[in-house]
Amino acid sequence: MSEKDLPIVQVSALRKSFGDIAVLKGVGFEMEQGDLVSIIGPSGCGKSTLLRCLNALEVMDSGSIRIAGVTLERSEGETRLDPRFHDLAHELRQRVGMVFQQFNLFPNKTILENVILAPLVVNKEPREVAEENALRQLEKVGLGGFAKRYPAQLSGGQQQRAAIARSLAMNPKVMLYDEPTSALDPMLVDEVLAVMKALDAEGMTQIVVTHEIRFARDASDYIIYMEQGEIVELSDQDEIFTNPKDERTRRFLHRFS
Amino acid sequence: MKLRSLATLLVTLFGFSQAFCATKSSDKTDGKGAASELRWAAAVDSNAPFAFYDKNNRLTGFEFEIIEGISRRMGREPKFIQNSWDGLTPGLGRGLYDCVICGIEVTAEKGQEVLFSNPYYITFEQLVVAKGTPPVTSLAELSGRKVGTLEQTAALKMLQDTSNVVVKSYAEEMNAYHDVANGRIYGALLDFPIAKYYAGPDAALEFTGPPFGKITYGIAVSRSRPELVQQINAALGEMVRSGELRDILSRWGLWTPTMAKALNQSAEPSLPDTEFKAFAAQFNEAGGIVAKLQRYFVYWPVILDGCILTLEISILSMAIAIAVGFLLALMRVYGPFPLRLISILYIEIVRGTPLLVQLLILFYGLPYIGIKLEPFIAGMLGLGMNYAAYEAENYRAGLLAIPKGQMEAARALGMTHRQGLRCVVVPQAFRLVLPPVTNDFISLLKDSSLVSAVTLIDLTGAYTRIATQTFDYFGTGLLIAAIYLLIGLPFVRLAGWLEKRLSSDHRTPKQKPSFWIGLGA
Repeated sequence: MSEKDLPIVQVSALRKSFGDIAVLKGVGFEMEQGDLVSIIGPSGCGKSTLLRCLNALEVMDSGSIRIAGVTLERSEGETRLDPRFHDLAHELRQRVGMVFQQFNLFPNKTILENVILAPLVVNKEPREVAEENALRQLEKVGLGGFAKRYPAQLSGGQQQRAAIARSLAMNPKVMLYDEPTSALDPMLVDEVLAVMKALDAEGMTQIVVTHEIRFARDASDYIIYMEQGEIVELSDQDEIFTNPKDERTRRFLHRFS
Repeated sequence: MKLRSLATLLVTLFGFSQAFCATKSSDKTDGKGAASELRWAAAVDSNAPFAFYDKNNRLTGFEFEIIEGISRRMGREPKFIQNSWDGLTPGLGRGLYDCVICGIEVTAEKGQEVLFSNPYYITFEQLVVAKGTPPVTSLAELSGRKVGTLEQTAALKMLQDTSNVVVKSYAEEMNAYHDVANGRIYGALLDFPIAKYYAGPDAALEFTGPPFGKITYGIAVSRSRPELVQQINAALGEMVRSGELRDILSRWGLWTPTMAKALNQSAEPSLPDTEFKAFAAQFNEAGGIVAKLQRYFVYWPVILDGCILTLEISILSMAIAIAVGFLLALMRVYGPFPLRLISILYIEIVRGTPLLVQLLILFYGLPYIGIKLEPFIAGMLGLGMNYAAYEAENYRAGLLAIPKGQMEAARALGMTHRQGLRCVVVPQAFRLVLPPVTNDFISLLKDSSLVSAVTLIDLTGAYTRIATQTFDYFGTGLLIAAIYLLIGLPFVRLAGWLEKRLSSDHRTPKQKPSFWIGLGA
């Protein structure tokens, strides 16, 4: 089997504890190129930690993660971190974009400067090339006219779209979203979701941790339902809503219907 | 006051330790072209008639003339080096200069530290009281009274040995005499030459009582250089025989019967006391505003030099403080445990000990372990390393104030930790810490006056010199304070402008920041 035919995301037996509290208890799933997967579940179920482990903002305790050809692995009982882990994590992050609940735009830089910073610093792109690409990305998320503004001059929805453009400028193979609309005014949620749907249509592989059940239902190829550090159910978006296999999923979703 | 006595203690301590390493340091001195120069030191502030700057800002005084005469006879070029009174003998051990001539009394105690030449002047202590005070014939009559004198003098010891006298010790003779005139103290007991020059011309004061004690002044030389003492003695002997010493002392009005008897020469002065008359005339000069301003004008080179030194040393030490402080902050916030520990220890130790003590250790203490720093380097390093501790804490606060999400965003974009710091966290922290850093710079600008402890003459040094020469502490004080304020202001404005420019809160439409913003409002 060639590299191309392998699933773009492969996670298996992923474990992570904070002190005595086991947050992820052996999680595993796979994704094909172009999939949009939503991860839902009650607060504290480990969904954000899972996402942060995927690009090594949190270091897993054990398990394996393989994304776009880069493999991070730790065997059980391994106490010292392999020095190569950080190099691999760094390489992995070049191929994975991440969008945060609080946007985390750089407040002292304009939107354009926010978008071109990583291409300049990490990829050493010439400024003209970086700016041209940045303007294209901003156009794509509908912020063509906002390049010279500062983050504080934009609405929450605009800021989150700028954050998406900033990630896209690094040409990621996979996009991760950590509750991208939770900090937003309900009026502004749709404009962000629309951008994500547009990216889905372009064939971007995306993983979204979200509380937007409606979005998960409409846009996802499939949905992961997590509870207490485990994947309880992983299924087709229609099936999970119409015919959840697990009692816990049924109870959780009941509140949204 | 407490700090000052601590400093004195330290200097004395190092003075003793110098005895051990004196040989080593003076060897170097000898090799450094000492044959052509005779480097002599004195504390020339408020030091008439010994060695002092006259109203034309030229060095003069009877000791100045004596050392010139001695140098000439030794075939060496006299070179004057200023030092603080406390630092004079430690400086000998450090090899900063060859000898000290500064009204140092020859005592057995002092003889442990340095070698003395033959005496060049013999005198006594003179009691000065306010005009109209009943005559005093013995020190015992001062029982229960407050009496002033100078620190580290024979008079101080005499007063302390007299029962029930409340001794007040001063750093400046002028202040002691002012307090006598103001009635704050009953009298002042000081060396006769000082009394003659600083109390004699003052109509509010008068001399009383007989000559107290016997004081001999000698030229101090490092213990490791007995051959230099012999050369000085030979030259001094020639000056006595040729009558040159008597001429000098006569012109300065210091040719006393005591001196005549000691040298076995005629008690009559050989020349009129022109130098004393000139000084006394200047002392009683009318103090109109115009006259004062004219006098300040004479001193402008001193003020300018002081300004330049203050600015130079402040800017350079701030640069050190910022660089070292930044490094310490990074070590403390992001470093592994050993680096973090080093940083914490450095900050706590440096912040917890007085700057003056640190300066004295750098300058007078380090030579003990073989490290000799130039005064300017020692002053700059001392100030810089001290302020680095404060800067480090500023930067730490700034770094910690940047939300964690900023670094996470940078790393998620593929930056390394270092790139995230450089491109994202530090620029934001920089703006946050600008106000406290400006604050520290202004504070450093003023603390730089402590470098006078390492023989440098900065703006405050200029103040002391001018005030003690013009007897005008008030006017000169206002002038120097105004200059400090003026040289600090541009930096405050610059920081304000930078802060405005770097402001990360761009909610309102941006106005082009002006350098003068806030001045008019």
